[in-house]
Amino acid sequence: MISHIPKVHIMLDDVQKSYNGRPVLSGVDLNIRFGEFVAIVGKSGCGKSTLLRLVAGLEQYDGGSITVNAKRLSCLNTDARIMFQDGRLLPWKRVLNNVGLGLKGKWRAEALQALANVGLRDRFDDWPGKLSGGQKQRVALARALVHKPDILLLDEPLGALDALTRIEMQALIERIWEEKKFTSLLVTHDVEEAVAIADRVILIDDGKIVLNKPIHLPRPRQRTQPAFANYVDQILDRIMGGQSHAAVTP
Amino acid sequence: MKMSINGGGKHFIPWAFPVLLLISWQIFSSLGVIPARVLPAPLDVLLAAVELSKSGELFDHISVSLGRAVTGCLIGGTIGFFLGLFNGISRISELLFDTSIQMLRNIPHLALIPLVILWFGIDETSKIFIVALGVLFPVYINTYHGIKSVDKGLIEMGRAYGLSATSLFWMIIFPGAFSSILVGIRFSLGVMWMTLIVAETISAHSGIGYMAMNAREFMQMDVIVLSIVLYALFGKLSDVIARMIEGKWLQWNA
Repeated sequence: MISHIPKVHIMLDDVQKSYNGRPVLSGVDLNIRFGEFVAIVGKSGCGKSTLLRLVAGLEQYDGGSITVNAKRLSCLNTDARIMFQDGRLLPWKRVLNNVGLGLKGKWRAEALQALANVGLRDRFDDWPGKLSGGQKQRVALARALVHKPDILLLDEPLGALDALTRIEMQALIERIWEEKKFTSLLVTHDVEEAVAIADRVILIDDGKIVLNKPIHLPRPRQRTQPAFANYVDQILDRIMGGQSHAAVTP
Repeated sequence: MKMSINGGGKHFIPWAFPVLLLISWQIFSSLGVIPARVLPAPLDVLLAAVELSKSGELFDHISVSLGRAVTGCLIGGTIGFFLGLFNGISRISELLFDTSIQMLRNIPHLALIPLVILWFGIDETSKIFIVALGVLFPVYINTYHGIKSVDKGLIEMGRAYGLSATSLFWMIIFPGAFSSILVGIRFSLGVMWMTLIVAETISAHSGIGYMAMNAREFMQMDVIVLSIVLYALFGKLSDVIARMIEGKWLQWNA
């Protein structure tokens, strides 16, 4: 069967990006298959968030190419929806209207369904200011999912949450991803989170991919497994190994 | 210190002091401690108000003053709002106009009264012009800063979620700037009354300020005080209206 050969959804070929002459990404090659969950890790300032923003089309790359669905990406990536670290809900719109942002026609039922999917249906009429950090991110997730995106981009969406809420949210994102089968790209500084949720972990250092590691663990993954800890150790070792090199750059 | 302020108290307490002041003023006037030629008793002021209402004179003056206030405020507020809007959104417009507006802003608009009288005479146009000018700058500055300070992250999010430029404005930029715009409006309401008082006192044939100046000619102390009280009441009224708008539109901020 053809479906056994997974096709490439997002292709990055020698992608370059610099800010004011300072290179942030210098030649990134990466292929992401349909329905794959890829996590990008790296130290802060390594360019991982920039990579995500380029795939979202929020910024333009200077060189190389990004192809989505075999089409070259030149402006906003309309197949993708992004979730930011700081939620970015509109404080002057109630929860339901936040979820329905950018939708047209009869969207209320769909937005309510999306809220129910993240377990917040009964909070639809609240102001975002009344929600906890974790709840805000759930709403942001519902807002992204209601568009039924082919690609979900996650820019450290759990970075500001406490440890317990994080694990809950990881499970939620994993469940929804398994249900909806979209392609997902997660940027995180938490290696354990990456190993827990992703099919493949990419490590970026100094603007280049230095590690590309598939995670062969059955889902749902147990953090207490030796194999789990082993993956985390390997990736952390690789990050720390690059330290002397990275220390040179400001 | 524990003190519970219930619903009724919350409305009553702000008025306790003015009422107390009024009562003691009346008592001291009746006792002759405050001579009537320095300050008339509150009841005399009330009587003057009743007398002037009977002849219809009072309402004529009030409606003339209100008309000027509202017209000037609408004209100045609209111009200030749109200037702030354009300069907040468009870099070219900002470069073109902001410096000039900041220069004009620093001229006390009341200093222009002699010039404005020479231009427009002492009829309606001059008063409306001065009020509009005074109102323009606070509205401009607060609209401009409100739009400039809208969270860039929210705008980016809106773009990423495919909002059109119009939706982006109405859903993110305008609501984001709105509380700042309201501050400008509240401030400009204060400027509006102050400007109107000065303009009407210096040169007018009608209006509350004219009523006060006219009363001075005849040493009608009660009418002068009445005019001052009227300005205070209208000032308070416009503040109440501004607060109501805030309560309605800024619920999310509560």
